[in-house]
Amino acid sequence: MSGIRTAGDLVLRMQLAKSMKIDDAKKYVAEKLGVKPIDLSDSDRMAEIRAKNGLGRSFDLNKLPKGIEAKFNIAKILDIKINSVDLFKMKTGIK
Amino acid sequence: MSEFFTRMGDGSGIYMTAAEIREDILKGVKEAADHGKIPDLTQEEMDYLFDIITMPGNIVGVERGREVVSTSDSGSCKMTYHANIAMERSMAVMVSEKVLGADSIDIGNMDYSYKAVKQIVHNETPVMELAQLNAVIPVLYGSMPNLGLYTKPDGPVENWSELLPLAKIDEACAAQEEAVEHAVRDMVFVAGEMYEAGADGINLDTCGASGDADFLAGLLATEKIKEKYPDLGVEIGAAGEFVLGMHGKLEYDGTRIAGLYPHKQVKLTEKAGANIFGAVVNTNTNKTFPWNIARTVTFVKACVEAAEIPVHVNVGMGVGGISMSEIPPIDVVTRADKALIEIGKADGL
Repeated sequence: MSGIRTAGDLVLRMQLAKSMKIDDAKKYVAEKLGVKPIDLSDSDRMAEIRAKNGLGRSFDLNKLPKGIEAKFNIAKILDIKINSVDLFKMKTGIK
Repeated sequence: MSEFFTRMGDGSGIYMTAAEIREDILKGVKEAADHGKIPDLTQEEMDYLFDIITMPGNIVGVERGREVVSTSDSGSCKMTYHANIAMERSMAVMVSEKVLGADSIDIGNMDYSYKAVKQIVHNETPVMELAQLNAVIPVLYGSMPNLGLYTKPDGPVENWSELLPLAKIDEACAAQEEAVEHAVRDMVFVAGEMYEAGADGINLDTCGASGDADFLAGLLATEKIKEKYPDLGVEIGAAGEFVLGMHGKLEYDGTRIAGLYPHKQVKLTEKAGANIFGAVVNTNTNKTFPWNIARTVTFVKACVEAAEIPVHVNVGMGVGGISMSEIPPIDVVTRADKALIEIGKADGL
């Protein structure tokens, strides 16, 4: 799906975390982002949505969340646990 | 009579007539259906497969909205070890994410086996930790059960490949059973270390490479990993379309493992608790691409229909209808992908 150029990483996260089949995973992510499933593969549309929600993107990253920062926002918007985010919180004393 | 360019299973280019392509599609479908005891593709599906194979253009793509996600085996090693680019692996993760647009990536060691990794896992975890700080995409850790490594002289158990020709059947079976215990322990240990390093998942890749005991090790390790680390994603990738019966009598949850095809392999991986199953169908280098992809799609369609978890089809060199060649031709790769997604209904690649 092209990863963070679109919403491929988000869809994959739902497969890995919840064993969702591809259509279910797309539907779940689309609902959480407030878009249609077909928009998830549109790099232009997703660049805007990823920037707005701080979900990380490939380029033009100035002042936008990167790496683990973006994953904090992904865990929140998808309502899932992300292991590295939980570890970061534990190691830094963030509640 | 017009002819279409396609390839043999070894990647070499050939020209075939429409009638020859249709004949090979039918033969490939029948071969899979007979061996797997699964349904044929429908005539409509075979007609669409013919359209995909003969589409003009060097590359083809899926319909808009039908895109799927991808996982990898030894993904971050492709740049570092395989292409020999002097690059640290967490940097390869970032290139995969930002430049290649990967949906996920796995970090693995040069010796892509859990037995080897166990010894150096303290040097593997910092790579994962660094990758997790910088990456947005899910980052897994991958390796193989690789049961053969547990045999003497490199490992602790007798070599069943030497015992079997001597007709020492009981000894060969016992050696495999002992190797399973060692492999499971190593996989669970490495998974735990990677979980504590922030991994999003663990990839038990090429399960079954040493036969049914190897596949069993992957299933038992998955059970234990999910019991200890329920939030850690687990992907089980198969080694082949058919689990070899090197032992022959091993069972998992009452099902004999030897001889299982993908649509039955996936049911055991589900029971073990895996989140994603990597289905494999091997390429026959002496057959054409139409034969190989028809056979592959038939197996995959049955597997996906049987599965309750997502199925990611292995589409590398020598599997998934792809040619057995170091640099898989892009015409074959894109046609195989399109067929597996649109006809086979794959959840990922």
